[in-house]
Amino acid sequence: MAVVDSIGRGLDAAPGGDVVLTTLDALIDWARGHSPWVMPMGTACCAMELIAASFAKFDFDRHGAFPRPDPRHVDVMVVAGTVTKKMQPAVQRLWDQMPEPKWCIAMGNCAVSGGIFLHDSYTVVRGVDEFLPVDVYIAGCPPRPESLQDAVLQLAKKIRSESIAEGRTHRADLLLPEAPCEPEEAP
Amino acid sequence: MLCAAYPDLCTLFSVEFGDGVLAVEPGALLSSAEDLKRLGFDRLGMVTAVDYGEQFEIVVRLHAPEHHAAVFLKCRVPRSEPRVPSLTALWPGADWHERETYDLFGIVFEGHPDLRRIMLPDDWRGHPLRKDYEDPHVLPRPDYI
Ligand code: SF4
Repeated sequence: MAVVDSIGRGLDAAPGGDVVLTTLDALIDWARGHSPWVMPMGTACCAMELIAASFAKFDFDRHGAFPRPDPRHVDVMVVAGTVTKKMQPAVQRLWDQMPEPKWCIAMGNCAVSGGIFLHDSYTVVRGVDEFLPVDVYIAGCPPRPESLQDAVLQLAKKIRSESIAEGRTHRADLLLPEAPCEPEEAP
Repeated sequence: MLCAAYPDLCTLFSVEFGDGVLAVEPGALLSSAEDLKRLGFDRLGMVTAVDYGEQFEIVVRLHAPEHHAAVFLKCRVPRSEPRVPSLTALWPGADWHERETYDLFGIVFEGHPDLRRIMLPDDWRGHPLRKDYEDPHVLPRPDYI
């Protein structure tokens, strides 16, 4: 059913363009969105929740989020934990080894902003978004596996809104109408 | 047990927080560590340092598993000349402990086979656990936290 729905969406969205390409787009997005293989980049305590998430109780396989500890095989890097300045080149290198298209989830306060090490720390990188393009942020110290599950589903939604034609710049959130800057005056 | 076996060391001993402390001069560090090892303190627990301003104190923790005893071996060096002999010849495991102490306090362990930084990147400037360490990239903690 999902395939039919997605293709239908693709056809509906074709603005007088190439129907075949648009259909392929929807099909590929559907396939990508349902198999985000995960690179478990566990660097600190959050990795425990990441590990728990991949076992039977939470069973992320049903979302297609299959952990592979090999950057060549994966689509999504989940940075779970504190990244230090010494670790940063290693994370960057693994990210560079992942084939396109690739996405990144920052799991936990440390990966989002430096967390409890934000202040007075000489060696913690204040958030992986200083060197990686993060797609989904999960707050928490540590976040529960359910939050990670939500992030995977959000990411799948995001992937499904992308287009192969224009690469990663073509995203649904960029097409939203701009919010009004000034609050409207009360009548 | 220790005093009976080694009366010379006895005068140097004190007890802090319920544990034996042996404070020696930097020149005597290696020989007293050797003696302690011979007495049964043959397990090295850790090596670290404390910044007391004018001086650094090197702290070595030794265990004697057979006697269920442990001792702190301490030695003060001036801040201007932070050099002590390395214990790697006695305990190969001291290698990384001494590298860490060098990395974070800038204590030079003479005779260490490979004294490089271990926790921080190789191109790091300064030794962060010194009290006078300053880093413009550190975000100070605001008052309200
Ligand atoms: S966010 Fe909390 S649990 Fe996660 S790595 Fe940082 S300190 Fe550890």
